[in-house]
Amino acid sequence: MIPIDLPTIWAFIIAFAVFVYVVMDGFDLGLGILFPLFPKKADRDVIMNSVAPVWDGNETWLVLGGGGMMAAFPLAYAVLMPALYTPMIAMLLGLVFRGVAFEFRWRTQRERNRWDIAFAGGSLLATLAQGIALGAILQGIHVDGRHYAGGWWDWLTPFSILTGAALVIGYSLLGATWLVMKTEGELRDRAYHLSWVLLFAMLGAIGAVSIATPFLHVQYTERWFAWPNIILTAPVPIAVAGVTALLLRSLANKFDYQPFFLTLALFALSYAGLGISMYPFIVPQSITIWQAASPANSQIFMLFGVAVLIPLILIYTAWAYWVFRGKVRAESGYH
Amino acid sequence: MFEGWDAVVLARAQFAFTMSFHIVFPAFSIGLASYLAVLEALWLWTGREVFINLFNYWLKIFAVAFGMGVVSGIVMSYQFGTNWSAFSDKAGPVIGPLMAYEVLTAFFLEAGFLGVMLFGLERVGHRLHFFATLMVAIGTLISAFWILSANSWMQTPTGYAINADGQFVAADWLKVIFNPSFPYRLVHMVLAAYLTTALVVGAVGAWHLLRDRHLAGARVMFSMAMWMAALVAPIQILAGDQHGLNTLEHQPTKIMAMEGHFDSHKDGAPLILFGWPDQGAGKVKYALEIPKLGSLILKHSLNAPLAGLDTVPRENWPPVPITFWSFRIMVGLGFLMMGLGLFSLLMRFLGKLYETRLLHMFAIAMGPAGFIAVLAGWITTETGRQPFTVYGLLRTAESASPLAAPAVASSLIAFIMVYFAVFAAGVIYLLRLMAAPPHHGEQGPRSDVPARAAGITPAAGSAVEGAVR
Repeated sequence: MIPIDLPTIWAFIIAFAVFVYVVMDGFDLGLGILFPLFPKKADRDVIMNSVAPVWDGNETWLVLGGGGMMAAFPLAYAVLMPALYTPMIAMLLGLVFRGVAFEFRWRTQRERNRWDIAFAGGSLLATLAQGIALGAILQGIHVDGRHYAGGWWDWLTPFSILTGAALVIGYSLLGATWLVMKTEGELRDRAYHLSWVLLFAMLGAIGAVSIATPFLHVQYTERWFAWPNIILTAPVPIAVAGVTALLLRSLANKFDYQPFFLTLALFALSYAGLGISMYPFIVPQSITIWQAASPANSQIFMLFGVAVLIPLILIYTAWAYWVFRGKVRAESGYH
Repeated sequence: MFEGWDAVVLARAQFAFTMSFHIVFPAFSIGLASYLAVLEALWLWTGREVFINLFNYWLKIFAVAFGMGVVSGIVMSYQFGTNWSAFSDKAGPVIGPLMAYEVLTAFFLEAGFLGVMLFGLERVGHRLHFFATLMVAIGTLISAFWILSANSWMQTPTGYAINADGQFVAADWLKVIFNPSFPYRLVHMVLAAYLTTALVVGAVGAWHLLRDRHLAGARVMFSMAMWMAALVAPIQILAGDQHGLNTLEHQPTKIMAMEGHFDSHKDGAPLILFGWPDQGAGKVKYALEIPKLGSLILKHSLNAPLAGLDTVPRENWPPVPITFWSFRIMVGLGFLMMGLGLFSLLMRFLGKLYETRLLHMFAIAMGPAGFIAVLAGWITTETGRQPFTVYGLLRTAESASPLAAPAVASSLIAFIMVYFAVFAAGVIYLLRLMAAPPHHGEQGPRSDVPARAAGITPAAGSAVEGAVR
């Protein structure tokens, strides 16, 4: 059914990199979005410290997604980036603000509040831009020859705003469940409360995007509902229901470690749904992965590196998380 | 607004602006990561407290500078697509894999071990922590390897073919990676990074010596930095000369622009020291020149003939005034660095290294010199490659995205505003950290808010707190 050739392998590699980015930077962007809800300095210190050792590695997956796409699917990269010009620039500027805040807010007393705002605002802007970019890709991009041929506001539609809002909710839920796992006491209780609210919002967002997507293109409808595809696509919503039930149970029973990983499972299912909608297009409805693929010798050359290095990267990244495992506690004022 | 502007010029301005802001941070962090590894190794080896104090002192500075390098670097990796999509499509199959290898072999390595390096000393033990520091330092060097390979391929492309879609494709990866200018550029840049860091460390040491010449940390860092300047500056001048000869062989037009050689010389070209290159008139006004010396430097012979820009079609000329002057700024600073190194050697042998205020003031003045020289060098090599992105093969005008000028102008203005606000604050915080003297019991980043894992046993936990306090 799916031919196993180099462009397909690379489509899975890029999809994997983007997914790892989404789950890893997702929770730390989510913490930024939730920051204004935690006004106490001690809480903010804990929230920051819970990701400070790992945020840089999380964002490296974004660079791999972009760099890998330029290398493996240069045509898609060359068409998508100008098409998503404004959301991309907004995302980059948002990431600048929130990235520097990690160090800057510890270097000043007087201006700390300013960097807290930069952290929250930058995280929100970057998330919104990523969600809008996703919507803009799904709704289709106007291509002429080897160039983007649309206007520079094409990305802005009700659908892309919906996906933008959905991602803000999704990352916030990841952030809240991360706090449930990494903190204790009053801070954790508030994170539990937020997780409840955000979970229902997330389910609403998944539902809204799922209902809206088939209306964008008849191909999406056929992909999901035509026989015999439905045998393969039906398990996705069923699994979403199952994971949701487990998530509700874990929140009710206060199993600190489960909600985060179950939220990740929810993301994985939504992501698989996206993949089902898009495959085999990399620019929906105009460029397939085979049309966009760079020559075989470029893809093979990188495949050696990926085969050896990605497992290695996963191992030492896991080690870094392991070193900083467990609950984070602020002990300021303890001196 | 901006309707009459040229979108390609704006895109170039944007790349130059974001790149100039970005490059100073890696140039500093490549050198500083290696310096931190040396300091930690010396601490583990000798057990002297001054080394761990210096390590923690510079680690805080490293954390801030590295963060700024990361966020400005992510911008670069997407800029190829947003503003230079035609270049990405055509050169992506060759340049892309080199950058993908940079991410896989360098960025992940740095990022993966950075957290442990910054916050993990008491969690993982001294040896494992040193390993993490070493991985970060090695990561910065691997990163330099790949990105300079990619840049060098754009300067001196080899090992490629062109396919039916008009894309560059690799015919021989080894020839792509080890293209003719790559080894020279790599050596020149890594030495530049080391020198830049040495000058910053030296300036900070000198600053504190002026206040207290007996401060142990200041003495050690000043001495180490001056050794570095004295040894590396002369090597850098030799490496630069070799790099120039390589450029003459592979990119003669760039050398013509650097030297201001509009006219060909049959029997010995002069060395133009200063002057004002007039691109339109095709000559250097008010030139102060030494006859025959140009040929002596470039060809090692007084009467060797040297072709000028009059042999090159005008549409292939790089912007001569910029290339000419940025080159002179770089070379001038290089000789000043060597001067500082020699001065310090003299004072060292006279036993007055820590007492000579003039030397300290000179070192402080030279603190930013490395950054300026790195920027000037990059402007020389990148401007000298114009009007091509891939030298001689792909014109800059054919590389840009199909964007209207207002779109590029708006994003350029956004970058300028955000970068000035964010990085100005960052530089102030860096200077503040440097203004505080290194002291006894120096703490690493986040010492004010120790965070600890619940998984650690209470005994180990209190040991951590003891160490932190």
